[in-house]
Amino acid sequence: MLSFIGRSVIQKIITLFFVMVISFLIIHLAPGEPSQVDPLNPKFTPEMVERFREAFHLDKPLHVQFVYFYRDLFTGKTVSWKDNEPVLKKIGERFLNSLPLFIVGTILTWTLAFPIGIRSAIARGGVYDRSATFVSYLLYSIPGFFFAYILILLVVNTFHVPVIGMKTFGFGDVSVLRTIMDRVWHLLLPSVLGATVGIAVLSRYVRSQMLEVESQDYVRTARAKGLPSEQVHYKHALRNALLPFVTMFGLILPGLIGGSVIIESIFSWPGMGRMAYEAILARDYPIILSVNFISAVLVLIGTFISDLLYMVVDPRIHL
Amino acid sequence: MKTDSKNLFQNKDIEGPSAPQESRWQEFWRLLRRNRLAVAGLIIFVCFLFIALGGLVLTSGTRPVFDPAMVRLQEKLRPPLSAPRVEDLRPEEIPTLGIYLLGTDDLGRDVFSRMLQGAWVSSTVGFVAVGIAVLIGIVMGGIAGYFGQNHVRFNQIFVTIALLAGAGLLMAGIIVLGIAFLVVGITGAALSRQWKRGLLKGRLKPWDKVFFARTISIDTLIMRLVDIMLCFPVFFLILTVVALLPASMYNIMIVIGLTSWMGTTRFVRAELLSLREQDFVTAAKALGVKDWRIIFRHMIPNAMAPVLVSATIGIASAILIEAGLSFLGFGVPPPHATWGNILSDGKRFIFDAPWLTFIPGFAILIVVLAFNLFGEGLRDILNPKLRERY
Repeated sequence: MLSFIGRSVIQKIITLFFVMVISFLIIHLAPGEPSQVDPLNPKFTPEMVERFREAFHLDKPLHVQFVYFYRDLFTGKTVSWKDNEPVLKKIGERFLNSLPLFIVGTILTWTLAFPIGIRSAIARGGVYDRSATFVSYLLYSIPGFFFAYILILLVVNTFHVPVIGMKTFGFGDVSVLRTIMDRVWHLLLPSVLGATVGIAVLSRYVRSQMLEVESQDYVRTARAKGLPSEQVHYKHALRNALLPFVTMFGLILPGLIGGSVIIESIFSWPGMGRMAYEAILARDYPIILSVNFISAVLVLIGTFISDLLYMVVDPRIHL
Repeated sequence: MKTDSKNLFQNKDIEGPSAPQESRWQEFWRLLRRNRLAVAGLIIFVCFLFIALGGLVLTSGTRPVFDPAMVRLQEKLRPPLSAPRVEDLRPEEIPTLGIYLLGTDDLGRDVFSRMLQGAWVSSTVGFVAVGIAVLIGIVMGGIAGYFGQNHVRFNQIFVTIALLAGAGLLMAGIIVLGIAFLVVGITGAALSRQWKRGLLKGRLKPWDKVFFARTISIDTLIMRLVDIMLCFPVFFLILTVVALLPASMYNIMIVIGLTSWMGTTRFVRAELLSLREQDFVTAAKALGVKDWRIIFRHMIPNAMAPVLVSATIGIASAILIEAGLSFLGFGVPPPHATWGNILSDGKRFIFDAPWLTFIPGFAILIVVLAFNLFGEGLRDILNPKLRERY
């Protein structure tokens, strides 16, 4: 167990190093420079560009820039090129905005996908199963931005509530209840949209896992000895089918930072995804690289946690 | 005795070992027909291909049959199926069909022509991107699965790094150091050939041991590369690269292809690892067939089932990614119309001209759904283990 932890930590650190190198190379070898973003701007005199290049070490060779950048990132000193604010502070603020979306989306995904998947598996081949299958393919195939517009049209036309942004502007002096309802309405659509693909994929996965277990011998035995079907389904089958999903708790971690670019742009939600998108537009390399780095770290931690959980819940596995 | 055996085989009553009653295609059709969703997916898939080909033929050239770029400002935002006001138009501006089948957009361009062109662009992006991904995946997976146990030797790493550094420095404009690295690399390569010959003859000095030291295995190398690629947030990475590179359709295809080969690599590797233990591979080796021929002629065809499935679903997701990029304004640049940028342009008029949002939106939805349904059907058919259960 300890040797497994040690080996995988070392392996993941090496992986992370290469991710750092590759993302740095991609950003810096691409044509165009941040100092050339706005060549027509009269404020950008050649002296300004020169000072800018010096301030951010852009005149140094690439490997020196690499060392400088990650030294600054680890000591928390990296600043955005656009407004000179510390990157970590900016990411922290935007992260807090994205967090409610992530939490509500995850809750929706996990609470809806399991009942749908389990019921499809139990009523295999029936009307419910076939329509659930079709709907999950539909949700999986629909372009997110198109679905967003359909939902916006529906909600705005039916309930006459504003949905764009995090809250309605100029809503200061109304009752607490109105304010909370306003926030809920604004939160609802983006989180539903963020959860659609998750629900579609996870419910299919739950269904196939459940079918796999239902065809095992011990389930047939349980049925043959005359147990009521609820007990067979929920006690014998479901408990074993749930095993792989415990490990998936680790894999939802990267979703923390991967706030959807498209959905946050449509709803003008000032979250992580939108910040990353704005950073790309402004060629704000420190933010792009930091977001990339943090999300790579989260992916690695997530896989690590899921490996560990797998060992804990399934005694048959010794890594 | 000889005549006896001849009679035996001519006698129809006695059945010798015979080939399966139905061919592979017949079996495929029989299984596919049971899955009605997959059949519907296949039909839409084929229709989409014809529409895309038709779109290429009918909308390109100097005088296309349907001109997607014809601007008629006096006819903007006409709803679908509306007739053109012929008195306001010059003869060449009248739409070919006599009506605006799918309406016009905010510049008075015929949405039907633009959708036709967009079908071609979307399908090209989908197929080329997935083609690139599958090609990389098969080569990487093939190497990892077949040569995986071999180890990379120190001299190979040394020569590669020297050559790469030399080329990189030359490109960066540092000529002297670049040439120096290149010379070191080429000498290294020549020396390792020399040494290898000496090695085969059995003359081994302690220094050679260091130079030829085994490092990691090829399998580890490739699978770690896959792990590294899986760490990147894919859509964000694609968006970054596409935004930094000059806007072009080819860049988008290449970038999508280069970021989505990991699944194929894993499938192919897993299949090859089990195939290489089988008798027909041993037989081919015993016959002296070359390694590459064994991989690509004998093993890869047997490993194609999961690749086909993931390619079909990959096309669907490539079309979705392209539409998403177009929506954010980083997609295929004008004058090409794609379904994503028709929708993206039309969203400003969602209340006045909802068809500009809904026509491309439903088109993308239907095509992607068809690819996904057909892909899933294919998975059920090609995987005998799943067959009975569903």
